[in-house]
Amino acid sequence: MTESNDRKLTIARAMAESVAQEMRADERVFVMGEDIGALGGVYGNTRGLLEEFGDERIRDTPISETAFIGAAVGAAQDGMRPVVELMFVDFFGVCFDAIYNLMAKNIYFYGGSLKVPMVLMTSTGGGYSDGGQHSQCLYGTFAHLPGMKVVAPSNAYDAKGLMTAAIRDDSPVVFMYHKRLQGMGWLGTEAGATVKTPEESYTVEIGKAAVVREGADVTIVSLGLGVHHALKAAEQLSQEGTDAEVIDLRSLVPLDRETIRKSVAKTGRLIVVDEDYHSYGVSGEVIASVVEHDVSVLKASPARVAYPDVPIPFERGMEQFCLPNVEKILAAYQEMKSA
Amino acid sequence: MQPSREQKLWMYEHMVLSRRCEEQIAKIYFEGKTPVFNMANGPIPGEMHLSDGQEPVAVGVCAHLDAEDIVTATHRPHHQAIAKGVDLNKMMAEIFGKSTGLSGGRGGHMHLFDPAVNFGCSGIVGQGLGPAVGAALSRKMQGKPGVAVAFIGEGASNQGAFHEAMNLAAVWKVPFICVIEDNAWGISVSKRASTSVPRNDVRGASYGIPGHYVEGNDPYRIYDVVGEAIARARAGEGPSLIEVETFRLAGHFMGDAEAYRPKGEKDALLERDPIPKMRSRLIEDGDASEDELNSIEKKAEERIAEAIKFARESADPRPEDALTAVFA
Repeated sequence: MTESNDRKLTIARAMAESVAQEMRADERVFVMGEDIGALGGVYGNTRGLLEEFGDERIRDTPISETAFIGAAVGAAQDGMRPVVELMFVDFFGVCFDAIYNLMAKNIYFYGGSLKVPMVLMTSTGGGYSDGGQHSQCLYGTFAHLPGMKVVAPSNAYDAKGLMTAAIRDDSPVVFMYHKRLQGMGWLGTEAGATVKTPEESYTVEIGKAAVVREGADVTIVSLGLGVHHALKAAEQLSQEGTDAEVIDLRSLVPLDRETIRKSVAKTGRLIVVDEDYHSYGVSGEVIASVVEHDVSVLKASPARVAYPDVPIPFERGMEQFCLPNVEKILAAYQEMKSA
Repeated sequence: MQPSREQKLWMYEHMVLSRRCEEQIAKIYFEGKTPVFNMANGPIPGEMHLSDGQEPVAVGVCAHLDAEDIVTATHRPHHQAIAKGVDLNKMMAEIFGKSTGLSGGRGGHMHLFDPAVNFGCSGIVGQGLGPAVGAALSRKMQGKPGVAVAFIGEGASNQGAFHEAMNLAAVWKVPFICVIEDNAWGISVSKRASTSVPRNDVRGASYGIPGHYVEGNDPYRIYDVVGEAIARARAGEGPSLIEVETFRLAGHFMGDAEAYRPKGEKDALLERDPIPKMRSRLIEDGDASEDELNSIEKKAEERIAEAIKFARESADPRPEDALTAVFA
């Protein structure tokens, strides 16, 4: 018994388990995308599904994102609950009309009474020298545009619960999973993402952040892989006597501004860690959420550790130089303290 | 496949309804927009794409469809919406941006949705194709009856979405029909200047599916060819591609000076107006008497007047309602 309760899963397996459970419970749920069948998804998140559900409900598609994401919108409006995969978030450029002009707007175009229950799952993130068209996060790009809920889990427990919540949602949800958290060895897996995950079905509420470490001196807000950098930085800070609070956003839309504000009201200091581009993105939005609400809680100017505004370079040294990491978080805190 | 007398009269009635709708909109559109034209003014602000001349396509297709069948329409959707049975009062109210409109004024005339008759739109050229293929897939997977028709213009056949959707529909053999309204102009660019083949029916071969071209903007011929494609789709035999020769008697949008048209083209097209043409044919073929047709026309006029009255008398949405209905 304890074996099952203590069971740890990777995010990839947690996603597949959630989809399988929802597919068993609801015939309308089906999966489509590139290489999600026999291959089980390039990032392992549909492994085992073809064997259980067959190729009618686990549907490999041609390399035609415009058509099959558009088709998912049509199927969702017609009563199905598709889970559709955009293999790399970077590929959004070939199919964004289906995403932001159809998927995200059709509910509004029918005054809120149309349902578009679909999940668009997509991989994000770099760090493994895949170059500038296969390494981006683009969190801010998706979260900026109204009409889509956006989630980005940092661990398997949240991944399973958020996926189940997303499939059951009557509005479209973009599920952004970070490649380095998938538990695929060849991508340099982050061990902290593989956590205890209950076998039974459960949901994690979309729109609720989690305080994953409590502290009184500084708030570090992040999402996805950045949460693990933040936790490691907090660990080091604690050795120097600084007590950092770490917030895992989990959802970008809706954004849990309350949890962020409450934490910064307590600590007075804010660092945002975001692997997406520095400007016009999540990091600016998080800081604005605090500043426009009550600037007086701040003891120091907020800081962001984000990806510089350049395309992602291929070469290892250059890419690693640009990515957020523990050292950059520690440096941001030092600067904040000495200011 | 030939339409029955009832179907012919239904087609005529819906062509007339659509034309009266467009004529009234055209008139009202200029209220508040003279002497200086400003698109933002008047009871019907914004862009307006009228369908005068293209009615035969809508009725020739929709005569075969029931409420359960799916239609995705274009930025020029009124004739298609009327033929599909979209609630006329709510549609007109939407065009006026009223609280009683299909989306309470959030969508406008390019974004008409009526789930009761499975009708939807996209204002982006060619982008209704994917959703139509998906709805067709949904019916196939659920084992439910129904076919999906995507109406597009001939200009949309050069969109990537066209190629992707046709291929996907063919690979998955879903009950889907792509109907191209070939009005020969993509705004101001002619089909000849934009499209590598004179007729898009040949493109069906690229996807291993039947392709047909229907000449003459003739509702009976359209009915015939589309009927066969829909019967094929209903029998589980997969998608078809049909291009229909039609023409727009209006500009691309209200305010279009149409200087791109060769001299005399418009007058020649007006000579071929499908509505008087069908009227004479119904009488010549003995399908209807003058009185019957007068009565259909009168009723259509009244029905449009009623819809306009409904729209005019409906309340504006509260401005702050803009902030609602983003999610289901």
